Amino acid sequence: MQLINKNLYGDYGDKEQAGGSNDGAKHNTASEWPLWEVFIRSKAGLDHKHAGSLHAADAEMAIENARDVYTRRMEGVSIWVVESRYIHASDPGESASMYEPANDKIYRHPTFYDLPDELKHM
Amino acid sequence: MTNQPINESINQLLYALELADNALIIGHRISEWCGHGPVLEQDIALTNTALDHLGQARSFYQFAANIFNALPADQKANFFSSPVLQNKIAAGENIDEDDLAYLRDGWDFRNVLLVEQPNKDWAFTVIRSFFYDVYNFYFYTELQKSKVAELAAIAEKSLKEVTYHLRWSSEWVIRLGDGTEESHERMQTAVNERWAFTGELFQMSEADKVMLAEGIGIDLNAIKPLWQQRVAEVLQEATITMPASTWMQEGGKEGRHSEHLGYILAELQFMQRAYPNMEW
Repeated sequence: MQLINKNLYGDYGDKEQAGGSNDGAKHNTASEWPLWEVFIRSKAGLDHKHAGSLHAADAEMAIENARDVYTRRMEGVSIWVVESRYIHASDPGESASMYEPANDKIYRHPTFYDLPDELKHM
Repeated sequence: MTNQPINESINQLLYALELADNALIIGHRISEWCGHGPVLEQDIALTNTALDHLGQARSFYQFAANIFNALPADQKANFFSSPVLQNKIAAGENIDEDDLAYLRDGWDFRNVLLVEQPNKDWAFTVIRSFFYDVYNFYFYTELQKSKVAELAAIAEKSLKEVTYHLRWSSEWVIRLGDGTEESHERMQTAVNERWAFTGELFQMSEADKVMLAEGIGIDLNAIKPLWQQRVAEVLQEATITMPASTWMQEGGKEGRHSEHLGYILAELQFMQRAYPNMEW
């Protein structure tokens, strides 16, 4: 019996298996480029945000493809890419135990403070 | 413009058309990949590049149209051979960028033969872009110093795009050349087949010579060694043998084209020729 179920991003979905899964039976991993996750910084000072994914043969091509696919409309000033198989994901089957306990802990939200009117952007 | 000698205006016009036609035709060729790219990401990359070239073509055509419209009527009447364009000019209308792209006949196009060559496979597409991108990179670098501010400005804007084109095509030459046995062979074949079209890039047409003398155009002989060096470097990294042949095709800059241009124009110009002034 398998005690630890290791979930990688690429385990979900269909095409995503190209670079992310060991299940070589269904997909020809040798002839398909691996999948990469793309993170874009929209302007200096902001965080890189996940923009999507794409296929590329290596990191350099991934950055160029990201430039062409995700920054055509001036969306970014900086790009990060990481091969999808290096992203470890939580198990959707464990959502109940992982996330639902937070549902009734409303006191964790900082919503019980009276803010002065002058304070904007909160 | 009015007190400029007519000859200089005409040479400037021809010069601008050389640049515009190169950009339009390679842009059209690359756009043929749209929807047919080997993978979605490269399809988009090529389509972006095609649009870059098209944008450059527009800038040069606008510049050319302004020069043309300022010419005396007798100079304009038969400057272009196509009847539809002649009629428009005879009616006293000004022409614009679209007229230059859509209504000129093949022999009035002054692009180099390299850019009209068919896509064939990925290697042929990549090497055509590579040869042209290297040329374009050094060309625009120099054109930034042009005495004519508009040309210098177009060059400055375009150089950023071309720098990326060159990066893209160089990487693909290396990737395929230094890849599998098959990709190497295909790349070597494409290099050999397209090599004869590279000499024309550096042949100085009459307009090129006059523009150089005026400080408007650039010296193609000066960028040739830079081109050769960059191409040699990339081909070497790609483990591709540089062809020894020195016989070169020529004629595009004088309006003598390969059979391919006619097919390109048939597709490119059909709608405007069949339905004049249509918009969509």
